[in-house]
Amino acid sequence: MTREAAVPVAPPPRPGRGWLAASLAVALLALAPVAGLVGLASRGSGDLWPHLAAYVLPRALLDTVLLLMGVGVVASAIGVGAAWLVTAYRFPGRGLFDWLLLLPLAMPTYIAAYAYLDLLHPIGPVQATLRGLFGIARPQDLWFPDIRSLGGCAALLGLVLYPYVYLTTRALFLTQSANMLEAARTLGAGGVRAFGTVALPLARPAIAVGVSLALMEALNDIGAAEFLGVRTLTVSIYSTWVNRSSVEGAAQIALAMLAIVLALVFVERFARRRHGIAAAANAPRRASARTPGGFGQTLCVLACALPILLGFGAPAAYLAVAALERVAEFGLPPQLGREIWNSTAFAGAATLLAVTLGFLVAYAARMTREAPMARVALRAASVGYAMPGAVLAVGLLTPLAAFDNAVDGVMRQAFGVSTGLLLSGAGAALVYAYVVRFLAIPIGAAEAGLARIPLTLDHAARSLGAGPSGLARSVHLPLAAPAVGAAALLVFVDAMKELPATLLLRPLNVETLATHVYGEAARGTYESGAVAALAIVLCGLPPVALIARASLRRG
Amino acid sequence: MSTVRFIACVAALVAGGSASAAELNLYTTREPGLMQPLLDAYTTATGTKVNAIFIKDGLAERVAAEGANAPADVLMTVDFGRLIDLSDKGLTQKVASKTLEAAVPAQFRDPDGQWFGLSARARVAYVSKERLGDLKALTYEELADPKYKGKVCIRSGQHPYNTSLIAAVITRDGPEAAKTWLTGLKANLAQKPAGGDRDGARDILAGVCDVAIGNSYYVGLMLSGKGGAEQKKWAEAVNVVLPTFAKGGTHVNVSGAAVAKNAPNRDEAVRFLEFLVSDEAQGVFAQANYEYPIKAGAPVDPILADFGALKADSTPLVEIAKNRKAASALVDQVGFDN
Repeated sequence: MTREAAVPVAPPPRPGRGWLAASLAVALLALAPVAGLVGLASRGSGDLWPHLAAYVLPRALLDTVLLLMGVGVVASAIGVGAAWLVTAYRFPGRGLFDWLLLLPLAMPTYIAAYAYLDLLHPIGPVQATLRGLFGIARPQDLWFPDIRSLGGCAALLGLVLYPYVYLTTRALFLTQSANMLEAARTLGAGGVRAFGTVALPLARPAIAVGVSLALMEALNDIGAAEFLGVRTLTVSIYSTWVNRSSVEGAAQIALAMLAIVLALVFVERFARRRHGIAAAANAPRRASARTPGGFGQTLCVLACALPILLGFGAPAAYLAVAALERVAEFGLPPQLGREIWNSTAFAGAATLLAVTLGFLVAYAARMTREAPMARVALRAASVGYAMPGAVLAVGLLTPLAAFDNAVDGVMRQAFGVSTGLLLSGAGAALVYAYVVRFLAIPIGAAEAGLARIPLTLDHAARSLGAGPSGLARSVHLPLAAPAVGAAALLVFVDAMKELPATLLLRPLNVETLATHVYGEAARGTYESGAVAALAIVLCGLPPVALIARASLRRG
Repeated sequence: MSTVRFIACVAALVAGGSASAAELNLYTTREPGLMQPLLDAYTTATGTKVNAIFIKDGLAERVAAEGANAPADVLMTVDFGRLIDLSDKGLTQKVASKTLEAAVPAQFRDPDGQWFGLSARARVAYVSKERLGDLKALTYEELADPKYKGKVCIRSGQHPYNTSLIAAVITRDGPEAAKTWLTGLKANLAQKPAGGDRDGARDILAGVCDVAIGNSYYVGLMLSGKGGAEQKKWAEAVNVVLPTFAKGGTHVNVSGAAVAKNAPNRDEAVRFLEFLVSDEAQGVFAQANYEYPIKAGAPVDPILADFGALKADSTPLVEIAKNRKAASALVDQVGFDN
């Protein structure tokens, strides 16, 4: 069918098969852990479910829903609010806040949880200071909310995860055409009303994307939730696996949870299917920022500074102090350089691969003109983001080892050489896991970036004689590059922070910064892990700064 | 140094003379910080290079998936439930070693030689010096007594250290009595279970509770100052009482090891296990992590000796392990972590 169309007429040929095949191949790779889980789940879990239904799931579901609601409220209030302030108003430090607001991205949630428990504990610095102020002698006489609670966990996760909402919403506010906002203002809608009636509704898709990213992170978190005593579904999956020795039952709950998450994502997409917002390829004229009065400016500064302070400043300062104490007493940990290298090398390799494959999948959807199969492949390839890292890693174990052992068998038969564990032995398994886990990020970014390029531009390029590769090279890649670049940095930071899959899939003798921190935290010697924890945060800072720069330039 | 050389010679003889360029692959759930001193001692003594990976959960799944090509020689865990799990899944192999059998008491190893305990940790009570300074003896049963209402702290009931204790109660007293006990304990909690064992000591210092359940070695680690000056203050706020069952001893868990079913370096693996029960290695367990040596007569660290003589409960671990899942289910049933 594609052959006959290869005549120079207006609609370009449909270069279907190659793109479709490549895209499906990526989707299959991404689905391997799900297949692994199905394999485990189908072995049966005995009489586990009646017990789960009676004692575990009702509570876990309720806690999960409440936690997600809390995180959603906190993250979207901060993310959307801050994005609006820095795009719509002029106030001192705006240029700085613009990118400082992204800093919590560099802070792993489990490390923030350790830090905050120490800071807010009855005998920690915050409560000690308060007692000093009020002249209270005994810790038990000061009422203070306990962070080891559902509310505490939701607040903590919201404070660390709001940048996902901020990032997407801010980008949209920046590209919103000035015309509509100015029309609103001409019609007498002031700052707040213009925000509520025009900017916010128009930003809904971007907010939805950001909030769902933040919620996925919260849902898949295990370190912070378990540490703070919140029994979410993910914690229950974990507990079923570890304490009931039922990896089968755990796989069943994990698959059920995955189905619910995918259904919700589908419903959300369906709900805003008619809200497609056309955008011009050239940057629209930005609405001019307003300058509020002195009081308003102070409020803006406070509203921007507070989330940065709470989501990044306080835990980072705590880490820095603890790390300095350690270094002063014991010197730098001897393995630190090696661990930094391991962390960045694995994360770097995963980033390259994830961005390439993510762009390929999104591009295939465009080049096949949104063929249903290509859309399905695109969604399937994004599935890893909806799975907790530990679940994904367990699901990957079986397919990976089956592959390794099959290759080994063939090589032994044919050449009498044993290749052993080809993928798992060399760390390829870990890179694979990171790619699957975070592939949704570059796919989403490439999809959004490409969607902003009107099809008329393709037609124009082709009528000027550009072939498919020329079209990709000189039109699509340059125009989608900023979005994909930001996604790459996000993947890098996320892979650096990733813990459960890293712990399970890395090869012998390999420690990363994250596994080092965990190794210390697991035996309660958090202080010994402080240097490595600080290193994770510091290694995450340059990419975060680059994300900020990339998105600033776009604005 | 001379002991090390002596062991090196003996080990070299045992291994058949040549100890050069040998390697050993270790999968362990014991944290790297605790393993490294032991591995270094072994390498010094034998010249064998040890390749290690610390895995928290999923060690069994990984070895099982890797199958015949799994590089693991020795599998090491910090909880006997995990050890028994490994042997139940057919991932270990039988080891017949006079050295190991002589060093490890029968109740702390598999009757069939599939796994061996290497060090012991007692589930003890940290009690407030300030508020319960006179308390010298305590039974696990008393923890459920209403006199401690609102005074007890503990980590998640689903943590292996706690399911192991609860499984011991089920094994000794039956499921009904265990349920009553756990319900009583739950009613005595000062706060929702969370955090780790050390947080118990910290919460006692903060006045949140008077009694906390925790493992013995944490107190040693905190008192030693290895965890920082802060933790020393936490530990100094508590006395350690070794609780016993009303008609028994103190609940003890073990860290231990097994030789992997498909171990490529089987002889090296056995030699490593035998090294771990040598006086030298048992001393390292005590020094690096304040654990009780498994070997009778091996010296106990002075900090631990201060707690009083440990009288371990005699219920065999294999019997307790059979009730692990029931214990985990019971934790859910009484809503212990809610």
